[in-house]
Amino acid sequence: MDPILSVRDLRTEFATGAGVARAVNGVSFDVMPGHVLGLVGESGSGKSVTGFSLIGLVDAPGRIVGGSVRHRGRELVGLPQSELRALRGKEIAMIFQDPMMTLNPVLKIGTQMIETVLAHDPVSRQEARERARAALGKVGIASPDERLDAYPHQFSGGMRQRVAIAIAFLHRPSLIIADEPTTALDVTIQSQILSEMQTLARQEQTAVIWISHDLSIVSGLADNVAVMYAGRIVEHGPVADVLTRPLHPYAQGLIASVPGAQMRGRRLAQIDGMAPSLLALPAGCAFRPRCVMAQAICEAEPPVQAPATGRMVRCVLPVRDEVAA
Amino acid sequence: MNASDVVEPDAVAGPALSAGGAVQPLIELAQVSKRFGRKADLLSRLAARLGGRLPLRHVHALDQVDLSVMPGEVVGLVGESGCGKSTLGRVVAGIHQQSSGDLFYKGGNVANLSLSKRRDFTRRVQMVFQDPYASLNPRMRVGQMVSEAPIAHGLVSAVEADDYAATMLRMVGLDPGLRRRFPHQFSGGQRQRICIARALAVKPDFLVCDEAVASLDVSIQAQVLNLFMDLKDSLGLTYLFISHDLNVVRFLSDRIVIMYLGRVVESATTEALFSAPSHPYTRALVEQVPQLDGRRQQFRPIEGEIPSPLAPPPGCHFHPRCAQAGPRCRIEMPALRPVAGGHLAACHLYDGGTGA
Repeated sequence: MDPILSVRDLRTEFATGAGVARAVNGVSFDVMPGHVLGLVGESGSGKSVTGFSLIGLVDAPGRIVGGSVRHRGRELVGLPQSELRALRGKEIAMIFQDPMMTLNPVLKIGTQMIETVLAHDPVSRQEARERARAALGKVGIASPDERLDAYPHQFSGGMRQRVAIAIAFLHRPSLIIADEPTTALDVTIQSQILSEMQTLARQEQTAVIWISHDLSIVSGLADNVAVMYAGRIVEHGPVADVLTRPLHPYAQGLIASVPGAQMRGRRLAQIDGMAPSLLALPAGCAFRPRCVMAQAICEAEPPVQAPATGRMVRCVLPVRDEVAA
Repeated sequence: MNASDVVEPDAVAGPALSAGGAVQPLIELAQVSKRFGRKADLLSRLAARLGGRLPLRHVHALDQVDLSVMPGEVVGLVGESGCGKSTLGRVVAGIHQQSSGDLFYKGGNVANLSLSKRRDFTRRVQMVFQDPYASLNPRMRVGQMVSEAPIAHGLVSAVEADDYAATMLRMVGLDPGLRRRFPHQFSGGQRQRICIARALAVKPDFLVCDEAVASLDVSIQAQVLNLFMDLKDSLGLTYLFISHDLNVVRFLSDRIVIMYLGRVVESATTEALFSAPSHPYTRALVEQVPQLDGRRQQFRPIEGEIPSPLAPPPGCHFHPRCAQAGPRCRIEMPALRPVAGGHLAACHLYDGGTGA
């Protein structure tokens, strides 16, 4: 099966007064049709900029300086804005953390959804409205007919995110990039949204890139997970393997620092120090200053190892046997 | 209880024994309610004078809440937005005045404290807030901020203040050499440590932490959670730890209290709450806790939205979203009753049935 999206050595930089920030520093991954890829990292790791870079949404002073993003074999890097616009919302949709980034506060929900349909499909207004109504129903919004005539401020936070999801699915895109879409929501509402995304993505065979700082959400949702640190993917693999047997010291530390069910009263494993500034990355492995296993060799560029099918780790440490087996 | 035996000025934290020898709660809330509402404006006063009435809308942030925290105990307070958990924290810390009900500190009613005892109470109960960016004065040096309150309370003299600030910063794992810097020169995790140092500087015995790790990255969150655990052991602190994150609360707490729309719906030891959650809302929360095992989870959410606290549903506030609700739940508010030893739940399922 061919991947829906194939990213190779993607590099995005921001030219700031203090120097060049390498926000995305050589990122590569594939997303298969109908699969969910969890892109996990802490603030400043470059996970959101990666998401924006995929569909050419990086604004100055940021720019993509290298690499390739292929969607169904077609190169997206360097594509003119008009062609990217034809793709966005149609083939690749995006859901943001704050649904008010998607919704225009002075337009009725229905107007916005009909506009989205008409932007890509030459159908009648009547038919567009019908599709918008059906989409709202699919994400569990009661009495969709009346809700089409409501304004975004008349919806709760969870409802707005549902509308954003309905809009994302309007054109049955092959890929949805979701950037922390449940972070601002309450626990029970978050579960509702996760459940709807799960069902819809399965029904429509949509591939999803789920960007999150929350490992435990990715754990329940994703097929594969990529862990980012300082602009790079340091570990990538099937979610069950990475979460139960992480190989990179950062991934190990990150997973161990989540308070789990059996952790009460014990000290949490912690990663000392803090993430480096993207303006002054240490030479070699960027995690070296915080790594308990760092050696002199880590000052050189860390090699990429592939210990098992579908697994990748960027570290000099020899990979343990149990995994290779 | 008479007010004079409330606070011994130099009482060390630890199990406080009352005259009878039984351990006395450090903090106790009895039927505490808090309403927020507009004061009557000109229009409604005019309407009242003309004999008419415009309805005044109140938010019942807290509705007859009972809670006690024993010395040395860590109580986790969990709920979704608008459930009143932050209001409860602020009432406990003396920032909000409750609309009705009583707040007791070491058995003494806080409302009846003399001015000096009241000062002592406000010093001994401190709060750490969610957003370390908003709770530090951007124009003060961190050393000044940490030593300001101890000077005001007469714990240190102005001469000793600088050394004292250095000691406090060292206690929370910060380099004391940084005390002449401003907050913007620190990262989020460091700022939260500064907030903790500031709270601890007045030698409190009770710390209210309102989502104190919610804005931190996972690896930094682990550092701060470990710091809270260490400080509890070394200083004998008691915590009320408010959070929406059951994983965090489960890690820290001896006992967990669940709130929904201004009311406590369940209270149990951490073990009991997770092994035998009783209230349907608690059960839903516990089931939805994401687990880090890499197994694909089928999310089975509870239906519906959190109702507006301006117009909460009658009877049990949770009944419109509850699969087990019966006619009685729509009319009668369930009381918080024991379902097992020390395990309380407010649900008609354990109180003679739902009438279904």
